[in-house]
Amino acid sequence: MSVRRGLLISGALVVTAGVTWLLFLGLPRWYSRRATRVPAAPVATEQAATGRKIKARLMYVADEGTRLTTVERDVAFGETTSDQARSIVEAQIAPAAEPFASAVPPGTKLRALFVTERGEAFVDLTHEVSKNHPGGSTSEALTVYTFVDVLTVNLPAVTSVQLLVDGKPVDTLAGHIDLRRPLGKDLAWVQ
Amino acid sequence: MNTLRFFLPLPVVLGGMLTWAWVSAVVIVGGQNASAPTLSVLSREGRRSLSILSMNDQDFVFLDELSAVFQTTTREDTLGALTVAYKGKTILLTPDQPLASIAGRLIPLPAGPIRSARRWAVPVDFIGRALSLVYDLRLDLRKSSRLVVVGDLRVPRTTVRVEGNDPARVTLETTPHASSSIFLENGSLIVKFDADALDLTLPSASPSVLVRAVRIVDPASVVVDLGPRFMAFRAASETTGNMGRVTIDVLSTQPETQPSAPAPPPGRDNPEALPLTSTASSAHSIAIDPGHGGDDEGAKGVGGTKEKDLTLAVARRVRGLFETRLGLRVLLTRDEDRSVSLDDRTATANNSKADLLISLHANASLSTATTGASILYAAFDREGAGASPIAARLPVLGGGMRELDLLPWEEAQRRHVDQSAALAQALAAELRDHVPINVHAIERAPLSVLEPANMPAVLIEMGYLTNAGQEAAMTSMEFQTRVAQAIFDAAFKFRNASLVEGGR
Repeated sequence: MSVRRGLLISGALVVTAGVTWLLFLGLPRWYSRRATRVPAAPVATEQAATGRKIKARLMYVADEGTRLTTVERDVAFGETTSDQARSIVEAQIAPAAEPFASAVPPGTKLRALFVTERGEAFVDLTHEVSKNHPGGSTSEALTVYTFVDVLTVNLPAVTSVQLLVDGKPVDTLAGHIDLRRPLGKDLAWVQ
Repeated sequence: MNTLRFFLPLPVVLGGMLTWAWVSAVVIVGGQNASAPTLSVLSREGRRSLSILSMNDQDFVFLDELSAVFQTTTREDTLGALTVAYKGKTILLTPDQPLASIAGRLIPLPAGPIRSARRWAVPVDFIGRALSLVYDLRLDLRKSSRLVVVGDLRVPRTTVRVEGNDPARVTLETTPHASSSIFLENGSLIVKFDADALDLTLPSASPSVLVRAVRIVDPASVVVDLGPRFMAFRAASETTGNMGRVTIDVLSTQPETQPSAPAPPPGRDNPEALPLTSTASSAHSIAIDPGHGGDDEGAKGVGGTKEKDLTLAVARRVRGLFETRLGLRVLLTRDEDRSVSLDDRTATANNSKADLLISLHANASLSTATTGASILYAAFDREGAGASPIAARLPVLGGGMRELDLLPWEEAQRRHVDQSAALAQALAAELRDHVPINVHAIERAPLSVLEPANMPAVLIEMGYLTNAGQEAAMTSMEFQTRVAQAIFDAAFKFRNASLVEGGR
């Protein structure tokens, strides 16, 4: 009897020791090793969902309405170039906080955005971008280059930008700037 | 996504050809049709001719032909008297009596009715003295021109003189004064009068080295055909009382003859008499594009001014200034309040082979403080790449193929962008002297209306409609005239600069 009792106690001690090792040493080691092995992206996605930001330079009107100026802002991180471009444009067309003014006409919304393998970004906006435009070559250039420059300046992968309105290509927004093909970066409009 | 259009540099001047095809011998006087003289009757319905019977130094017209043109009836009674009736009113004539009787009133005539080959004829004075008293419309008999003008047609008496051989001076006088525009086309100077027709006396002098012929086309244009040595002309106009005079000095390629060119006509205070020279090898046709129009109102001023109205008003002023002073042909891409696509505007300039394209606009800004004019010219993404013609093989008439270099429509401006920059500089310099100018006086942008232009081309933003002060100024005649003047001066200097550099 005493022999059986001794064996049971010994077994219980071994099991307890094993569980203790597993809980306090084995599992933490295993978890730490596993964490170093997992790819970055899933973690990044997890972090974006929880509000990961990047710094982006947004474009606002300066110099008495004839030039753009860049203002650094936090924008949502995007996993792909298209995702990142989308979050930058979303931030750009949001109403500007004082004292900044946006060259994007009020009411303009982003319908879709995609970036081709050649780095051409197609930014599909709602018709307010044209309908609510005040007109004038300078204002129209500022509106167009707000989009062109905010994407080409912040995303090296984007080399040119074409604006679409309600899903369709347009000649111009207000009768001046040619939108029939993608436009490259032009920092002459930026202060 | 990109629709490929091609610009074919072909001389398609349909409008001009139509004008030229409609050549009509309007009223040429001076007994040039001595073998069969006629009396021309000009009315809204057109031109009719009446046979003239010349007898004893008098011109007679036949009453039956008169009846056909003026809806009169002629009756001969048993005593030999003639009754000409028009809408119940009668004119009595008696053979061999130099008189007409209307309601008992006697009208003297230079001769009485005569019979020729069973037809009655009356002196042409019958029309001016008798028929005009009963006729519904005004009848203006011009005996020396063998012309009757019916109604309110504007048919100024016009005489043309050509003096000198090289240089030569062409003088056109109109009475009453008719305003005119002068332009150079296909080796001829065309003086177009604002009239329904011309009662024209052409010069009898033999052709000179520089002026080979003077002729008339369409109802009211005089064409001066120029000799091969023609190099330049300068035109001036003046008004003296009821008479208008246009003086055109025609200069040859020989430089030594230029200084001896006659001075402009008298009238120091005459604003239209400018000693300016227009040369055949430089800008002589300018396209002015009044921005927006129709449903596209463009920018709107705080006080309600519409950009489309402002641009058209200034474009018309520019046209008036150019055509009266420099002898340049000015073409508007729209001359009324209507929508015209940007491509159609540029096509108008390209197809008419304009030497310059100037698009007029008014600006808008988010800031109501922004003011001042700017000049924009085209920007291309790949600067320096140059226009890259696309080789094409096209079938030609008679069989075979022809190699052609096709220039993409939206790339035509590439070849002219340096000249456009120079034009923008010239405009900025002139505008600065005339109107407020923005700190960014010259800008570049991919402008739709300029990219396909096959000539130096710029877009002028005249000022900001979103600034109340500028809006009020821009609607004033003074501001608009200043802008027009600046454009005029800049185009003149730009052309001279181009000549110095060896021409365009």
